Amino acid sequence: MATVDMAQVNKVYENGFHAVKDLTLDVAEGEFMVLVGPSGCGKTTALRMVAGLEDITSGTLRIGGKVVNDETPKERDIAMVFQNYALYPHMTVAENIGFALKLRKLPKDQIAAKVKETGEILGLTDWLERKPGQLSGGQRQRVAMGRAIVREPSVFLMDEPLSNLDAKLRVQMRAEVQRIQRRINVATFYVTHDQVEAMTMGDRVAVMRAGVLQQVNHPQNLYDHPDNLFVAAFIGSPAMNLYEATMTEDAAAVRIGSQELPLPAACRDEHPGLARYANKKIVVGLRPEHLPAATDTSTGPHLVGNVDLIEALGSELVIHFTIDARRVRAEGASSDDEDATAQHGEGVARVDPNTKVKVGERITFAVNTAGLQFFDTETEKAIWE
Amino acid sequence: MGNRKRTGWHRVINGVNISGFFVVLFIVLPLYWLIITSFRNPADLGSVQFWPNPWSGANYSQAFVQYDFGSYFIHSVVVTLCATALVLIFGTMAGYALGRLPMRGKFTLMVTLLMISLFPEIAVIAPLYTLLKDLGWLDSYQGLIIPYTAFFLPFAIWILRNYMLGIPKEMEETARIDGAGPIRTVWSIILPMALPGVFTAAIFTFTAAWTEFLMALTFNINLKTIPVGIATFGTPTEVPFGTIFAASVVAVFPIGVLVFIFRKFVISGLTSGAVKG
Repeated sequence: MATVDMAQVNKVYENGFHAVKDLTLDVAEGEFMVLVGPSGCGKTTALRMVAGLEDITSGTLRIGGKVVNDETPKERDIAMVFQNYALYPHMTVAENIGFALKLRKLPKDQIAAKVKETGEILGLTDWLERKPGQLSGGQRQRVAMGRAIVREPSVFLMDEPLSNLDAKLRVQMRAEVQRIQRRINVATFYVTHDQVEAMTMGDRVAVMRAGVLQQVNHPQNLYDHPDNLFVAAFIGSPAMNLYEATMTEDAAAVRIGSQELPLPAACRDEHPGLARYANKKIVVGLRPEHLPAATDTSTGPHLVGNVDLIEALGSELVIHFTIDARRVRAEGASSDDEDATAQHGEGVARVDPNTKVKVGERITFAVNTAGLQFFDTETEKAIWE
Repeated sequence: MGNRKRTGWHRVINGVNISGFFVVLFIVLPLYWLIITSFRNPADLGSVQFWPNPWSGANYSQAFVQYDFGSYFIHSVVVTLCATALVLIFGTMAGYALGRLPMRGKFTLMVTLLMISLFPEIAVIAPLYTLLKDLGWLDSYQGLIIPYTAFFLPFAIWILRNYMLGIPKEMEETARIDGAGPIRTVWSIILPMALPGVFTAAIFTFTAAWTEFLMALTFNINLKTIPVGIATFGTPTEVPFGTIFAASVVAVFPIGVLVFIFRKFVISGLTSGAVKG
């Protein structure tokens, strides 16, 4: 078992592309660290540098306290699961799992015992003599993990291992991966572009964008206290509603379009930095679950919108609405298609399934101000102090 | 028109099937004629028969006894197998390097190989003869094996390189992480995965070497291979067609068997890498 420490690690390719910029990140023994971000953000490059499959341009990588920049993957004692599993198609499951042990020249009976044990952990006992082509996606995924864990590595690396699975299997395998990781209790780097995976699996989540680390924190802290606009927009599904707004002169309320939201004292105490933004433009963030439908007994600020679409999920209604304000999109946090179809002032709210509302009607939301987020329009950083 | 389904007798008797039948007939008929004629009595070859009556093995015994066809067969086997083996050994290594290793000048090398593979044999036969004569390699196995290897290697490299391109790079990365060195990776991982491409290159090289005529005729007088041997059957005034046909059937048989067994590799080997390029 070992820790992983990356200090100011950079990766610049021959063509000048700077893929990873000054990455400083550490993973403790047994910790499940998830690297998440949109495609091209540098997360896979970072993972490959830890694996030794990419050279480190500058900076230091330590595994177990030892600098390993110039060591081969074999010398680093890491194991990796690839997105497409990379199973050897001409070998049986048992041979795939035992290949690394065979290279270490372990005795045959020892290899057989370890393969059998690994097969039992992963539920592959009945499939050991089959070839990968005869297995389902989930089984191949487990073989790929088996091949990694049988080596008892110091570090476990996974590059989007679930992205080739269908949605239902992905949910199953998420739990499986976590179970296995807890069992082997090894520092784990897990790369994904799926923020739901990141939030549900990681002990800590590192959000990357354009090669730069945006924020590292426990999933819930990341969700509740995003450091900047990108993290706020990227983490959470449905995404946070972000609007251009203006603080009032006394900084006691925020104007979103034609509507004014008074900010309770508790909210202003939590964001004392708002006082500097009196009469200035800011960005306001509202999570969909912080916009319950107003009732007769609701108190506090309200927000009114026009209902465009209602998605009844059974446990809740997801209401797509529009207000007369300008929606803010964080570059890279949503897809180009989503940006292309965006108009002005759209929002999403999650309300009680019994809420009486129809498409085309106006709806009033009782804003949960405890969940409000505020961001500087220029630096895009969150406004706290 | 378009994709309407055919029903009844139209499913069998239609333009596509009739055309296909005549194309197949065009290809199969000469082969059929070759085989049945080889089993006819040599004295009866002046008449047309679609089925041997009586069946006779005289042509075969004449080929092996009178014309020493057995020796030609052995020479062909030795030369072809050796040339094929050398082509596969060097071709696999070159195909791997060109398909998977980072190296400068790949494009230039591939173009050069292509040019060599298009070179007409007749243009180099004279200088090759002189070279082999100086080496003392005329009328020898190596006098054919080495030139065959040189001539058939480019095409084999092309096939193998394209096939290797189709192998995901994660295979090598996984092997590296597992602890395999470069040689072990190629031997245990890449080669087994490239086996269909290897079979394809082997089939093409075997066929080319087995049927090569010009160099075999020019460089070897006594150590004849099958094509040259068959061409020298008979005299200027007497052409033993039956014996020639019998020897040809024996010559074609190994090729036919090999291509039939490995037919799926022939197609996949030619078309693999076509998408990734």
